[in-house]
Amino acid sequence: MHIIQQVIFVLVAAAAIYFFTKQVIRIRKNILLGRDEDLSDNKEQRWKNMFIFALGQKKMFTNPLVAFLHLIVYVGFIIINIEMLEIVLDGLLGQHRLFAPFLGDCYTWLINSFEILAFLVLAACVVFLFRRHVVKVNRFTKPELEGAPTRDAAIILFTEIVLMSLFLFMNAADRLLQDAGVEHYTSTAPFIISSHIASWLNGTSPNALMLMERAAWWLHIIGIFAFLNYLPFSKHLHIVMAFPNSFYASLRPVGQMENMPIVQKEVVLMLQPERANEFPETDPNAPIKFGAKDVQDLSWKNLMDAYSCSECGRCTAACPANQTGKKLSPRKVMMDTRDRLEEVGLLLEKNAEVPVEGNLLDRISVEELRACTTCNACVQACPLNISPLDIILQLRRSLVMEDSNVPNEWAMMFGNLENNQGPWKFSNEDRANWRNA
Amino acid sequence: MNVKLMSEMMATGENPEVLFWVGCAGSFDQRVQRITKAFAEILNKVGVSFAILGPEEVCTGDPARRAGNEMVFQMMANMNIQVLNGYGIKKIVTTCPHCFNTLKNEYPELGGNYEVVHHATYLQELIDAGRIRLEEGGSMKGKKITFHDSCYLGRANNIYEAPRQVLQALDADLVEMKSCRTNGLCCGAGGAQVFKEDEPGQTRINIARTEEAIATGASVVAAACPFCMIMWEDGVKQKGVENEIELKDIAELIAERIKE
Repeated sequence: MHIIQQVIFVLVAAAAIYFFTKQVIRIRKNILLGRDEDLSDNKEQRWKNMFIFALGQKKMFTNPLVAFLHLIVYVGFIIINIEMLEIVLDGLLGQHRLFAPFLGDCYTWLINSFEILAFLVLAACVVFLFRRHVVKVNRFTKPELEGAPTRDAAIILFTEIVLMSLFLFMNAADRLLQDAGVEHYTSTAPFIISSHIASWLNGTSPNALMLMERAAWWLHIIGIFAFLNYLPFSKHLHIVMAFPNSFYASLRPVGQMENMPIVQKEVVLMLQPERANEFPETDPNAPIKFGAKDVQDLSWKNLMDAYSCSECGRCTAACPANQTGKKLSPRKVMMDTRDRLEEVGLLLEKNAEVPVEGNLLDRISVEELRACTTCNACVQACPLNISPLDIILQLRRSLVMEDSNVPNEWAMMFGNLENNQGPWKFSNEDRANWRNA
Repeated sequence: MNVKLMSEMMATGENPEVLFWVGCAGSFDQRVQRITKAFAEILNKVGVSFAILGPEEVCTGDPARRAGNEMVFQMMANMNIQVLNGYGIKKIVTTCPHCFNTLKNEYPELGGNYEVVHHATYLQELIDAGRIRLEEGGSMKGKKITFHDSCYLGRANNIYEAPRQVLQALDADLVEMKSCRTNGLCCGAGGAQVFKEDEPGQTRINIARTEEAIATGASVVAAACPFCMIMWEDGVKQKGVENEIELKDIAELIAERIKE
């Protein structure tokens, strides 16, 4: 009997790891579809940022209560995975509570803390579901979350609740089986939460308890493997992506836009031809792109941002355009980027020779892009150090420089800048006239 | 007003302590010209040797770059950097956070390296050094005053305290709006929005912001950005509170109280 369970366990674990690895490779490949950007500088600061923003979740603490609940779920997730080590080894070796004899009192203490955490995670997830579906916190009710994204969030919270419950029920059934002196169930001290649940199960026959314990054990571990494989298709991927994403987060001053050396060169050649030798010869036949029309035109870091987004909507809640009822939603910009990247990745997988149809601008409208005040509120609000603004500005560059898609007032402003060196129709000769006004 | 051009100074062999970058709004917008004059008056009274570029200054290119027109930005930047480097400018002070951000953060990689200071920081330093001394009492004493964070001063360049410290020097009762500092709500001007109509929506950003100021009960809104000022002037008029809420740049508030 045990050997069959062991074999099944090995097969399930191997399949879970195989499929997950495949997805990781696919996502990495998709991210690398983006254009090159050198972010290998200042390693020390980058490690620091990863520590502060990913591990420390610093920006979450702008709202301490929510941050605390989120931290519980996160720490619970990490810590309870230590228990996973025992569960996996038990599964592989056909043992039960492998660590108990070695750790003694320490084992009781350890499992007690796991149980408390599991209970807190469960409670936090209930609060989160309540916030999303009963209180309906504003940022969870925006149009871009309708349908699949809302379902995704609910699936995650529900799964966590189920997994934690299974863990506690498994221990409760185990408790009663120990008390009944059933063979194979290693004796341990009563655990802090499951012993209470056990009292509800009093009077259940040992056979039913055994079935319950095994079922809980298997559902728990299969649930975890399934969840692992759900991750790459879900916003929950942020628990992994938070780390590389804060490591590679921009270290430029927040207000600094990325330079376009190709335009810089063109202007210098025009206005100061004597400086031509400062700029390296470029291949005149190489295709030139101004700004971004599609995901491949964005930098790989923008694409990593898209995979890191947890769709929490703090950016959208902070966006002045969104607050005043404009169509722009920075969260939607990130979700559109990710959806389009997934689409492009899939098309290329099918046939890398055929140019992919459509582009990112099909998903993000001109109206959305033009509503941005570049105020950086979205960048400031993002707990994961994502910059929706960086994507918006690259798309704007493409609209203006590639498509000449410009509102009349901006066209006039550009004209004034070229002719009068100021955005309005004043002669630049009058620039110092304020002294006499 | 006695303010010299850089070209005039060079002609007499003088070298100013600092270049005052006036900016387009500061030069041409009638309301913002009053801020420019107030700041120049402070510099004159304190005895700071300074100059402006006048017709040799052109737009930094900020609105063009943020609208997506890199070509025009690079042209403006190139012209400015040639002039600034030609004069060997070391230090620039400006009353505009957009100019400040572009000069400070975006010109260096194009070959323009200067020490750039925003006037909020500059005024705070002059006050701290005792070079600006204020009259006792004054009209601001005890008045409720709220400060509007400019995005390009605050979030973009992390300057939140300097303008508030300048206001503290006025003995005013400083109150905060619902959205302030890192959470500050934009006035609606940035990203070249000030040069075009809003996209369709329920309300305009400057109206929403004005409502936040009304909620504080403050009788003065202080700003440190000419484009915020333009949006605020419009906002208080739209809400019909132009008689209840006074709009002042921090330089204007200091100029009103500075000792000779």
